Amino acid sequence: MAKSFRMKPPMGEDNGWWWQEAAEGRLAIQRCTQCQTLRHPPRPACGKCHSLEWDHLSASGRGTLCSFTIMHHPQFPGFDYPLIIILVDLEEGTRFTSQLINCAPEDVEFGMAVEMVMHEDPDGFRLPMFQPATGAAS
Amino acid sequence: MSHFLKDKTAIAGIGLTEFSKKSGVSELSLAAQATLAACEDAGLSPSEIDGFVSYTLDSTDEIELARTVGANDLKLFTKVNYGGGAAVGTILHAVMAVATGVADNVICYRAMNGRSGQRMGQGISGQIVSSDLIHWSWYMPYGMLTPGSWIAMIANKYMHHYGVTSEDLGRVAISQRNYAQNNPRAFGYGKPLTMEEYMASKMVAEPLRLYDFCQETDGGCAILITSAERARDLKQKPAVIRGVVQASTQGQEQMTSFYREELDSLPEMEMAARLVYEQSGLGPDDINAACLYDAFTSEIIMQLESFGFCGRGEGKDMVREGALDIDGRLPNNTHGGLLSEAYIHGMNNIAEGARLVRGSSTNQPKNVEHVLVSSGVGVPTGALILGQD
Repeated sequence: MAKSFRMKPPMGEDNGWWWQEAAEGRLAIQRCTQCQTLRHPPRPACGKCHSLEWDHLSASGRGTLCSFTIMHHPQFPGFDYPLIIILVDLEEGTRFTSQLINCAPEDVEFGMAVEMVMHEDPDGFRLPMFQPATGAAS
Repeated sequence: MSHFLKDKTAIAGIGLTEFSKKSGVSELSLAAQATLAACEDAGLSPSEIDGFVSYTLDSTDEIELARTVGANDLKLFTKVNYGGGAAVGTILHAVMAVATGVADNVICYRAMNGRSGQRMGQGISGQIVSSDLIHWSWYMPYGMLTPGSWIAMIANKYMHHYGVTSEDLGRVAISQRNYAQNNPRAFGYGKPLTMEEYMASKMVAEPLRLYDFCQETDGGCAILITSAERARDLKQKPAVIRGVVQASTQGQEQMTSFYREELDSLPEMEMAARLVYEQSGLGPDDINAACLYDAFTSEIIMQLESFGFCGRGEGKDMVREGALDIDGRLPNNTHGGLLSEAYIHGMNNIAEGARLVRGSSTNQPKNVEHVLVSSGVGVPTGALILGQD
């Protein structure tokens, strides 16, 4: 197995399930089963109705770019610079922090339509990234 | 009815070490030097200190410092969380203790080998699965590991929404660098900055360039809090604490409050403003100078709006009008700030706030009655208003 540069998230009770979903190719959104409020990042209770019960749904992967930064320095080993980090407003209503790929830095625009691509590292670790929308996402 | 904490306490002493890029001494030594200097400044023996407050990020424990400087038995020892958001929070904890009689003379301190030792922005890692580590883990795997990148995400949205330009950020950097020309302690002393140099500096995390970032500094700073009554009998003119508050809002994250509906304001700073004005009975019109937290230039422009010096989206107009300069509406960070004096995590901005009230800044504006000081931006934060006795 190839060695990965990527800092892996710790897998705790509150977030491990989410990464397991990603490993299986899905961008999960946590949902309160009492009041149906969606929340991200995941937390063990609903801030609206205080229920501890939750499940999740799988996002369509479609969204719009809310904000971004293009990172040049410092350069951490393994990442490609300029590195475009984005906030995506998912069409389900939650917001997600990710990386934009297959897009030149000068082509990044506020409000652009983006779609999820499940990225896989050489060691098999998977995490959701985004690219300019092609209309292919389901 | 006046607020319980209002005017009960004062800054009686400020102590600073030399600021450098390589101190050659331990952080405990820097903390001790700063503490002894603050006691000397006040004319109060270290043996009268019975409380210490610092930051959770500070490596020096209260009791180590107490033993090193020969302090009294301690009645208060605590540390405040959230990086630079702790700055005026340390003052609040000291003020609450002194005003209630829990302690008499409290030192708030921050000492760091911030350049030669542990630097900020080197990435974050850890083994223990805490809620804080899980919070960072939504960003770590993507390589979003630095304060600059977290702040840039908000700054970019804000600038896009209100038409703030790179030149506006440059104006902030240059205004504070200009102040540093009169402050021999400052890193920027003897190193003036032009707009051409600013614009040509390397892009770090768009839209932020090199000169939008604060310094990395080795140094320490200590602030001595005592009762206003006691302060009147000490060496320096007291900087009376009119109001001091902490503030954290719903949807708050540490540096990454990306999930609020609107990203073009600072809700925690607006809350700090509301609380500190309420406690002090003052408003923006009463504030003559400020030391707004300035880890990044964009934070200054946004805070002008948070604290009500102008309306939403008008911060850039104030900056263009020269409001931050010595003869402007709100001379800001007259020591050079974290951008051009030193990055002692905001503690040195509190020291300048006290100097402005004393009338001893190296860039002393005329007629300073009240000074506003804020804690870190993008984190749980706080605000402090100092005034003439």
